[in-house]
Amino acid sequence: MSAYNFAFLDEQTKRMIRRAILKAVAIPGYQVPFGSREMPLSYGWGTGGVQVTASVIGPDDVLKVIDQGADDTTNAVSIRRFFVKTTGVRTTTRTDQATLIQTRHRIPETPLAEGQIVVFQVPIPEPLRWLEPRETETRKMHALEEYGVMHVRLYEDITRHGHVETAYDYPVLVNGRYIMRPSPIPKFDNPKLDRNPALLLFGAGREKRIYAVPPFTSVRSLDFEDHPFTIERWDQTCALCGAADVFMDEIVVDDKGGRMFVCSDTDFCERRRGR
Amino acid sequence: MSGDGHDAALLVEGLHKTFTLHTQGGIQLPVLRGVDLAVYPGECVALTDPSGSGKSTLLRAVYANYRPQRGRIVVSHDGRPVDMVVAAPRELLAVRRRTIGYVSQFLRVIPRVPTLEVVIDPLRAFGVDRDTALTRGRALLARLRIPERLWSLSPVTFSGGEQQRVNLARGFIGGHPILLLDEPTARWRGAWRSSAPSTTPRCARRWRRGP
Amino acid sequence: MDGDVPLLRARGVTRYYGSRVGCRDVGLDLWPGEVLGVVGESGSGKTTLLGCLSGRLEPSAGTVEFRQRDGRVVDVLRMPEPALRKLARTDWGIVHQNPRDGLRLGVTAGANVGERLMALGARHYGQIRSAAVDWLGRVEIDRERVDDWPETFSSGMQQRLQIARTLVTEPRLVFMDEPTGGLDVSVQARLLDLLRRLVTDLGLSAIIVTHDLAVTRLLAHRLLVMRGGEVVESGLTDQVLDDPQHPYTQLLVSSVLQP
Repeated sequence: MSAYNFAFLDEQTKRMIRRAILKAVAIPGYQVPFGSREMPLSYGWGTGGVQVTASVIGPDDVLKVIDQGADDTTNAVSIRRFFVKTTGVRTTTRTDQATLIQTRHRIPETPLAEGQIVVFQVPIPEPLRWLEPRETETRKMHALEEYGVMHVRLYEDITRHGHVETAYDYPVLVNGRYIMRPSPIPKFDNPKLDRNPALLLFGAGREKRIYAVPPFTSVRSLDFEDHPFTIERWDQTCALCGAADVFMDEIVVDDKGGRMFVCSDTDFCERRRGR
Repeated sequence: MSGDGHDAALLVEGLHKTFTLHTQGGIQLPVLRGVDLAVYPGECVALTDPSGSGKSTLLRAVYANYRPQRGRIVVSHDGRPVDMVVAAPRELLAVRRRTIGYVSQFLRVIPRVPTLEVVIDPLRAFGVDRDTALTRGRALLARLRIPERLWSLSPVTFSGGEQQRVNLARGFIGGHPILLLDEPTARWRGAWRSSAPSTTPRCARRWRRGP
Repeated sequence: MDGDVPLLRARGVTRYYGSRVGCRDVGLDLWPGEVLGVVGESGSGKTTLLGCLSGRLEPSAGTVEFRQRDGRVVDVLRMPEPALRKLARTDWGIVHQNPRDGLRLGVTAGANVGERLMALGARHYGQIRSAAVDWLGRVEIDRERVDDWPETFSSGMQQRLQIARTLVTEPRLVFMDEPTGGLDVSVQARLLDLLRRLVTDLGLSAIIVTHDLAVTRLLAHRLLVMRGGEVVESGLTDQVLDDPQHPYTQLLVSSVLQP
């Protein structure tokens, strides 16, 4: 192993972050401030997610890291390598074999199970920030459930585009109380948040906030009665495995504009193909 | 008619009103000095002294537009006596709404407000529904011979006589038991003046201030 | 009448800024359907008073009580903040002098008007929008402009939009701070006319702070004249303006230019 402490962070820091996580789990959807540390990667590259993972990971964990659904993108590779170097834990690309999954921009297609933890990388945790720049004011609005403005945002979208234009990081109401940003996952993945058997943790390093959705918690995407929440749909199926009803990436294959649609979740696609 | 004031609709006793002009060195203008007046139900009383003798002041004091220094002004409001000199503003407003009406010498014109709206305003302030108020307003305007084509226009361009007839309509519409008319026909000319007696209540008694 | 309990009752409202007097020992009662004008020149304390009455400024002394829709009387100055904020969004309205202070400039007119409804739980886009369109009509804004941004509105229209935004929940008490300040004269006239009609049609109570006596004559039933933080005269509007007793009131009234 290395000369670093297990998982890079010192024990006091881990303790502090775990306390924040406990608070977050106790109040689903509520943003808990924490003392975000300097990490060996820049802001915007997942420092929050890495700190959360580093605080909960143990020697017996099996870690999976994905970015946009794939295990082999640059970010995912770097972060996985970081944890191998500082913890020596086993890693996997298989969702069903991981105990701890750190993700950016997707929730795996394979259904999660009780006992699994998913850590999301969050750029902007505050759903009301689009309207209210003052932190003092947004905190009050959350405390007093003054969420009228959130529907104003949706109203504006419908007025301007005829439908809600937000395609990712779609705001949700957690446990009937707090409004939360689920990180830039596509709205396609929002239904997976609802009553998920896994523990979902969210870390924002630059903004210094941690929040959580405990297992089997209700998570509802905001909408209007006459404009209900809908997810993306494709006419095509995956060119590699034939799956329908999954989130797909569009890949340009040649200079003539040829393209194909494939599963964004690489592990899911591989397993369907029997690899 | 008895003269002891017991069943008077309006009773004024020992009314004193002096104006103190602070902006002009504090000079004092005593206008009313111990005025007594009783008006009984069904009566019409005319104040006929020459200009400057305080007729308007008395009327305005009765309406609580002017504040007397001394005396009583008692009206029967909702079956109880109310002294306009000491009553609270809220009560004065109620008296004005339901018991005492006032027609000033000049119509105060708010630009843009149509004549019909001006006329029904007191009823609306009293809470009467719009349709009823409009019906009564139209009837009164017709009776005072304001042409229908003028009803939707603001009175700002009307002649003095027309404006004052609008003013009268506004004064009469409320059905107040006591109505104060301040020089109601002063701006009327010619034929209108001679027909005035048929359009304003006939006056049963004339009252003059004593020497 | 409307019961013996006033809608708003203030006693001994006092507010110091350091050693300077903002307002001192002001008391008033406001009944349903009444409009109270507070007039004075700059520095008279009228804006301070309005702030204290609406719970936005903390007075140094005094009490302010408000009778809610359910009949209960609450102490405005000692209410928990969540309750006060909720009150300010539902049963109270505030019209600022500068409409930009009372509007969200980054969202459409319809969203501005509909926000309070959404804050109260309205969840049907079509209904919210038609309520907004309806209110735009009531404040004489072209209904076609429901999807436009307030920045594209004239100042008079912005002011009327602010009024629509605050009246959509049919508050029983509206605080207005110089509602016609800064507007062209013809625009002022139109706005005052609108306010007059809305006050009558909706049975609103209002406290209007202004330095413009013509505004009070048109809108207010009663008047408080303030100077140096204190009330120097009060009474029916026409009485105070036609028969002013206090030297300062006489000065104020005689200073108004007659065209």
